Amino acid sequence: MIVFSPSELLAILPELLVMTAGCLVLVLDPVLSASRKEWLAYLSLGTLGTAFVAAYWFMGTPTQSIFSGLYTLDDYGTFWKLLLISVSALIVLLAKANLREEQIDIPEFYAFILLSLAGMMVMVAATDLLVIYLGIELMSISLYVMAGFKRFERRSMEAAAKYFILGSLSSGILLYGISLLYGRTGSTALGAIKAGIATLPAADPILLLAMTLLVVGFGFKVSAVPFHMWTPDVYEGAPTSVTAYLAVASKAASFGAFVRVFMEALGGLKANWQLLLLAICIATLILGNVVAIVQSNIKRMLAYSSIAHAGYALIGLVVADVAGTAGVLLYLALYAFMTLGAFAVVSMLRKGGLEGDEISDFTGLAKRNKWAALLMLLFMVSLTGIPPTAGFIAKFYIFMAAVNAHMTWLAVLAVIFAAVSAYFYLHVIMVMYMREPGGVSGSPGQGVRIAVSPAITVVLAIAALGVVLLGLFPNPIVKAAQSAILPLP
Amino acid sequence: MTASPDVIFNTTQIPYLLTLLIFLPTAGVAVMAFFQNDTHIKHVAFWTSAAEFCLSLGLYAWFDPATHRMQFAEVAQWIRTPPIHYALGIDGISLWLILLTTLLTPICVIASWTAIRTRVREFMIALLVMETTMVGVFCALDMVLFYVFWEMMLIPMYLIIGVWGGPNRIYAAIKFFLFTLSGSFLLLIAIIVLFMQGGHTFDIQALSRTHYSPTLQAWLFWAFFAAFAVKVPMFPLHTWLPDAHVEAPTAGSVILASVLLKMGAYGFLRFSLPMLPQATLRFTPIILSLSVIAILYGAYMALAQSDLKKLIAYSSVSHMGFVTLGIFVFNTQGVEGAILMMVNHGITTGGLFLCVGFIYERTHSRLIADNGGLAKPMPRYATCLVILALSSLGLPGTNSFVGEFLVLVGTFLRTKTIAAVATLGIILAAVYLLWMVRRIAFGVPSEKTARLPDLNWCEMASLVPLLILVFWIGIFPNPFLAPMHTSVAHLFDQMNRAADTSPSLPSPVRSLP
Repeated sequence: MIVFSPSELLAILPELLVMTAGCLVLVLDPVLSASRKEWLAYLSLGTLGTAFVAAYWFMGTPTQSIFSGLYTLDDYGTFWKLLLISVSALIVLLAKANLREEQIDIPEFYAFILLSLAGMMVMVAATDLLVIYLGIELMSISLYVMAGFKRFERRSMEAAAKYFILGSLSSGILLYGISLLYGRTGSTALGAIKAGIATLPAADPILLLAMTLLVVGFGFKVSAVPFHMWTPDVYEGAPTSVTAYLAVASKAASFGAFVRVFMEALGGLKANWQLLLLAICIATLILGNVVAIVQSNIKRMLAYSSIAHAGYALIGLVVADVAGTAGVLLYLALYAFMTLGAFAVVSMLRKGGLEGDEISDFTGLAKRNKWAALLMLLFMVSLTGIPPTAGFIAKFYIFMAAVNAHMTWLAVLAVIFAAVSAYFYLHVIMVMYMREPGGVSGSPGQGVRIAVSPAITVVLAIAALGVVLLGLFPNPIVKAAQSAILPLP
Repeated sequence: MTASPDVIFNTTQIPYLLTLLIFLPTAGVAVMAFFQNDTHIKHVAFWTSAAEFCLSLGLYAWFDPATHRMQFAEVAQWIRTPPIHYALGIDGISLWLILLTTLLTPICVIASWTAIRTRVREFMIALLVMETTMVGVFCALDMVLFYVFWEMMLIPMYLIIGVWGGPNRIYAAIKFFLFTLSGSFLLLIAIIVLFMQGGHTFDIQALSRTHYSPTLQAWLFWAFFAAFAVKVPMFPLHTWLPDAHVEAPTAGSVILASVLLKMGAYGFLRFSLPMLPQATLRFTPIILSLSVIAILYGAYMALAQSDLKKLIAYSSVSHMGFVTLGIFVFNTQGVEGAILMMVNHGITTGGLFLCVGFIYERTHSRLIADNGGLAKPMPRYATCLVILALSSLGLPGTNSFVGEFLVLVGTFLRTKTIAAVATLGIILAAVYLLWMVRRIAFGVPSEKTARLPDLNWCEMASLVPLLILVFWIGIFPNPFLAPMHTSVAHLFDQMNRAADTSPSLPSPVRSLP
């Protein structure tokens, strides 16, 4: 029997808190009367706040391997946990504003956010492939449910079904890769796999197959081309707060696990997976940015944009040195603010009981709600990567890493497609500022209502402040990302 | 960046003078938040930009023309890793461009006083933010800081064209944005490569002292070229300019022609020449050819235009050809002429665009055919237009003559053929401008134009400062040329020093008496 000490339980305090609160929400939901169910949102928020403090408490403490090497407490995991907890808190707020509008104001939603967050935290902190897999499954299964939360709407059902089927497939592929690795190296622990690989010949076909399968599995989770097929449909169909959660938190957590597994366990095969990821990265950059141009639905457009951004982040992993991995962390942290903000604005637009999620619904938004339009402009500019916003800083560090690793051509390719991306981000600005809102019924932008609530105001304020302040004064987050990668080999 | 030998820190009575200059317009934007009435907002915008102009005159007063070092410098750390600094400073090259910017912004506010009727607040915010970024570009001594200002200006300009522009404004705005952005992104990569190769610093002056291998220089040269040539715009990257000019509101056209185009030329002077001298010399024939093509092609296209704004836009392409020609002949006359010509073009073309704007407000047509015979109903207007047109075609006694003359002398000293061909451009300019003047000022007024009111005091106020400068620079150019001498000489020193390291290349730069 495995014995563990209380100090080990203390080390996973944030995870425990989130998990417990998730279960508590599920239990309390049927007990509480309808008027008090709002408390569950506050309970979730309070827990997330406490978990954030608890996780922050461990920042800077020496790396500590716990539960017989299955799990670790290091700055790398803590960085991601802090990011994921903050994002989840914003999503809870977003959901609080959004769910009532969508008529799916069911507190179980918060339970699923907390449970999937627990899965994500496990993903980024585990040092054993099976535990990572458990984290991925906990995250994914909660997300499948959340994607289908609007169970009376076909699009949402379709999204959930599609996500579930393709997600299960990718999990299977990932598991198959893990089993092959286990077969070849005799372990599922990252450190032991690394040691095992060192004793094998570099061109061992089974190892290469296992590596490829892991790339496929993680590629699916971060929606890299060609494993991105599910992304536009799921992003479009899922409720907007879930889409935002998928685009930000799930992607960040997957990158967290991706980077750790490949840097720690598969470091010996670096030359091989760098090449494979390079091909995927280029395809992702091209397809994401080009296909986004023709989208008329803003959630689909943002889905392709999120694919493209995965491509930029992948550059860091292709480079795979100190600057590159720090770049990935920085990129996703900054990307979180702008994407969350953009989705928050999208969720404000209502059209006859539904979401106004066509780009044409943004027509003349500047005339009808200048703050919403201004914030959307800010997020679009940031997603394009224009200073002085966070998006520029994110791209700047990724390009620095690429040039530093003598991959200037990759950086050039990336900027060319960043210029392409300007077209579709600008299109949204153009629609908001340069077209008049239609007066007649049926004309673009007609009948769109902007639902403002305190919760969404808070979300937008935090996202906008993050985009502007981290764009102007990026020192703290850059330093955090650079010290977070120190535990990685 | 420690205390570099290349900078003189700000010792004027006004602490943080350049920072103040950069962010005063932004402060004006903040003040606007307290006002609701459109008229009040216009007043805030005007007085802010007027104060900015007065403050910038201090630069001229305190400027020390005897040194090539960057003056009024300020340095503070901005980003720790990689080391990026908030480093500012100006020399004789940027001085005039800053003054041009601060002069034209209040004029633009006046020009928009009645022309902009919708979303006045947003327009004035965009204009003032533009001013912040433009002054910032000319002050920045750190490449990343430069890039930040350079890119930031895209958004307000995109909105100015796209929101307040003409019927085809959306196309023009997007074209402007995408052209400029594509070039700028390549500039970003070039900046990062410079950082890696030039000793891990973004300090523009430190980077100018470093020697780069010829191959690298060639790559960097074309990356810079992508950014700067689009902005100038050089043939064949000029196609966004006529669209943007035609669709932009008057103030937008003025800012675009007078300041934005200068940034490209400024980029060549500040980065390409001192940092990449060998590549610059190697590709000089290409640049000179493109400049001459731009001069002739721009002029030739201007001949065929029936739209006033398009005519002036193509004349800009032609005039900016002279600027790049002057820069790339590498002698004192050429470069000083080019810098003066940037200022002249800003004044004259800015004025011409204002004239077009005034007539468009009255007749709602920019076609030359619709606006004939204005000398009778609008004598003041016709006088201003004629003076500005004559200045634009380089009549002796006006500002452009001095600039074009210097550029042509410089070109003549280098290659006589190119000088001869470029002179054709001046002749063509006389043709299209005089033709335009004849039709607009001296034709027979139509029924519609015969009853047009002449310029009011507000419109005169925006033109008169420009007219004064037209003659001042034209008759007495020395005060304008004097502050440039040491900075331009230093530019050649930097180029020669780099060329000395490879003795196979002949020393190309001549600093003639």
